Amino acid sequence: MATEQGMPHPAAQQLTPEDFRKIGPDEKQSEVIQRESLSSWRDSWERLRKNKLAMTGLVVMILIVIMAIIGPMISNYDYETNDLMNTNAPPSAEHWFGTDDLGRDVFVRTWMGARISLTVGLAAAAIDLMIGVIYGGIMGYFGGRVDEFMNKFAEILYSIPYLLVTILLLVVFEPSLGTIILALTITGWINMSWIVRGEIMQLKNREFVLASRSMGASAPRLLFRHLIPNAMGPIIVTLTLSVPSAIFSEAFLSFLGLGVQAPVASWGSMINDALSGWMYYPWRMLFPALFISLTMLAFNIFGDGLRDALDPKLKK
Amino acid sequence: MEPILQVKDLNVSFRVRGGEVKAVRGVNFEVGKGETVAIVGESGSGKSVTAQTIMRLIPSPPSEIKKGEVIFQGQDLLKKTNKQMEAIRGKDIGMIFQDPMTSLNPTIKIGKQITEVLVKHQRMSFSEAKKQAIEMLKLVGIKNAEERFDQYPHEFSGGMRQRAMIAIALACKPTLLIADEPTTALDVTIQAQIMDVMKEMQQRLGTSIILITHDLGVVAGMCDRVIVMYAGEVVETGTKWEIFKNPQHPYTKGLLRSMPRLDQKKDEPLIPIIGTPPDLIKPPVGCPFCARCDEAMKICERIDPGATEFSDTHMARCWNLHPMAKEAQSS
Amino acid sequence: MKDNHLIEVKGLKKYFNVGGGNVLKAVDNLNFYIREGETLGMVGESGCGKSTAGRTILRLYEPTAGSVNFNGTDIYKLSPKKMKAMRRDMQMIFQDPYASLNPRFTVSDIIGEALDIHGMAGSRAERKKRIEELLDMVGLNSDHATRYPHEFSGGQRQRIGIARALAVNPKFIICDEPISALDVSIQAQVVNLLKDLQNRLGLTYLFIAHDLSMVKHISDRVAVMYLGKMVELADSEELYANPIHPYTKTLLSAIPIPDPEIEANKTRLKMENDMQGPISAAKGEDGTVQLDVDDTELVEVSKGHWVAKAYA
Repeated sequence: MATEQGMPHPAAQQLTPEDFRKIGPDEKQSEVIQRESLSSWRDSWERLRKNKLAMTGLVVMILIVIMAIIGPMISNYDYETNDLMNTNAPPSAEHWFGTDDLGRDVFVRTWMGARISLTVGLAAAAIDLMIGVIYGGIMGYFGGRVDEFMNKFAEILYSIPYLLVTILLLVVFEPSLGTIILALTITGWINMSWIVRGEIMQLKNREFVLASRSMGASAPRLLFRHLIPNAMGPIIVTLTLSVPSAIFSEAFLSFLGLGVQAPVASWGSMINDALSGWMYYPWRMLFPALFISLTMLAFNIFGDGLRDALDPKLKK
Repeated sequence: MEPILQVKDLNVSFRVRGGEVKAVRGVNFEVGKGETVAIVGESGSGKSVTAQTIMRLIPSPPSEIKKGEVIFQGQDLLKKTNKQMEAIRGKDIGMIFQDPMTSLNPTIKIGKQITEVLVKHQRMSFSEAKKQAIEMLKLVGIKNAEERFDQYPHEFSGGMRQRAMIAIALACKPTLLIADEPTTALDVTIQAQIMDVMKEMQQRLGTSIILITHDLGVVAGMCDRVIVMYAGEVVETGTKWEIFKNPQHPYTKGLLRSMPRLDQKKDEPLIPIIGTPPDLIKPPVGCPFCARCDEAMKICERIDPGATEFSDTHMARCWNLHPMAKEAQSS
Repeated sequence: MKDNHLIEVKGLKKYFNVGGGNVLKAVDNLNFYIREGETLGMVGESGCGKSTAGRTILRLYEPTAGSVNFNGTDIYKLSPKKMKAMRRDMQMIFQDPYASLNPRFTVSDIIGEALDIHGMAGSRAERKKRIEELLDMVGLNSDHATRYPHEFSGGQRQRIGIARALAVNPKFIICDEPISALDVSIQAQVVNLLKDLQNRLGLTYLFIAHDLSMVKHISDRVAVMYLGKMVELADSEELYANPIHPYTKTLLSAIPIPDPEIEANKTRLKMENDMQGPISAAKGEDGTVQLDVDDTELVEVSKGHWVAKAYA
């Protein structure tokens, strides 16, 4: 059976005997790596950079943080001085976002609120991270009885309605930034610890971990050098998604009046204050509500993009 | 022998970060009626990509069929719509994969997975299809087929699952069966049984088989003709006798030499092929095997060699087969 | 090869609780020794317990019963501190070159880890020099040191795994299916490298595999495992020439030979009603004949050729 097998050899006259001199194999040549070197972190960053939606989220996040820092400084007003001659004024060149019922500048208050909200969000997420990773890491690594006991404890804590715990805490202690963060983290770390536990349990039987054990690596070394760095993807994603949920919880608590106390502003308390007159002075509610939504949206789409970038398997 | 499948100048690439991996580069071959053709090569040689392209199962993106034709029963499969391909897959061309656990649906009973194919392509009634399915299960050597019909894949062992896969793939008596490393995940004793089942089924149904494998032992026991692929190109084709008894390409020769044989003395060292296959993101300009070849010459670095034919069935692509190579070496 | 027994395994058992009161006897009463400088091959199909045996011998799993003596010391009796020191002498090469290297480490981190753990690294420059030396030993070059595992091919990764195992100057290495995930053209490279290192460094190997032709090639003696038990043990030439246990015979006749002539004339040995691999045999599928494996005692039928008592 004759098959077409590509082009025959080129005509002989183009070739010289020199062309047929033996050179033998070139081992070093065949071991050369063609592609540029990339760590898996850089690889993920490259993927993330191509994701327009996630990058938009990142830019919005950065802008909100910058405004939270400089916003109150670029205005001539401060957040607590009343101006009873100028209450409920609509947005104007004077007051960019208008004023509230005590004549305070909504622009300044919005960015002061952003400071509170972001602080609560980031601090709560950071504490969740620390407790969750260590607790989850220990559960996952040791397994067996240790895991059973620690997991039961987490489950019991998780089963208490968090609002109940929070309200109790805020009633017992003076409502302050610290109390709110404490209230949010008292159960907030559990989710993170479960994520970490699951990852570690999967990873600990992988051959590279066995290899390290067979070399005599200690438990802390295995946990902090091998297991946790390889679980970093899901950890970071959980982290970025827990920030908006903490922000929302804070806003919710402040809205209920359990959050920061006047004259300090947070997005939640501003919305609460604006509630009574929102039909007549919609700007008072519009701006804090807009920035809560924007912040949560930005964190969520960024977290989503991050998940795809860190774990390309999830992508179609 | 009249060919039922002709692959002509097939080129397939994958988009990856930092460029394009040219996985299949100008592949030509054909498969005759009732013939078993092996495509042999290492991972990254393009053998699986070729098979998946024939079935049009290759995801696009990231892959892209750059050029070429796949003529099956007179029609170019690469020009078919997805709908038309669905009618061909499972009916005219069956496929078996390496891992039977991932290619069987775990939530559907084995029997149902076979009858579904029959009902779809042969328009059988359910009771007819069930009868036929049980018949197929018996044919592939599954005992208590009536009972097995109502079981789920996880109740089957690895070898049994692969038998069930074969039953599904052959249910509609396809003209062509593509088996992509069907025994790689199985133990040797099970592999031997599966190979026997495939041979027997072929004799019964006259199916042509494309067997994709890296195991030359399996090839020697099972196939009529062999296609050796390296770095996305066909470097040698021939009957199994020509390939095993009279290999011409240095890669084929190297592969056969590097395998230990049971009759070999213990202290004889193996002769390995040194180095690593090229990264097809930047395929070499000349012969792709050049950097690992112990017969390499200056020209090999520059120009990819053309085909030299030894018989109607035997072809190899190597500059050493060029008439001038012998002259140069004798002088 | 010397005459002293570097490794002596006695009555080794490893059972797993699989729930519901069921116990999986993954490794059941293994008895064997390995001489210094020798390669003992261990073959069997997936699920026969050969990998579990390897991991238990290295004390990556705690045994259910039995002892492993290394140079006369029972390693299961060592304190954690002494066990850590002992790990310098016993190393392992893993099956999957993709899963066995930490993807977040560079090659020099991977190879240097054992040096750091055992405080053998010395100064920064000495550590670097030692890593380069190890890379060179396995045929890679020093500019590979800063790269990440995913940039290498399977064969190159396996060589990195070998360099890692060699870093602490071990005497004994368990090779757990080191070539089964590699391409044919690469397998011979790795096997030759292992043999070469054995000659140069006087290493002792336990070579676990399911590829019987490769095991025969590399091993001095071969042990056949079936359902967690050792059913036959003999010199490799002897085992392939005169297999006694029916499972060994079936296994040998199932190997496909890359020669169409031999394949065409071969009559494949079938146990009555198709013998199944260990896992399906345990499930009792397809009228499988359950081999008599309860008897774990081996008897010597000719010099150095041991086989399960029921078949002797």
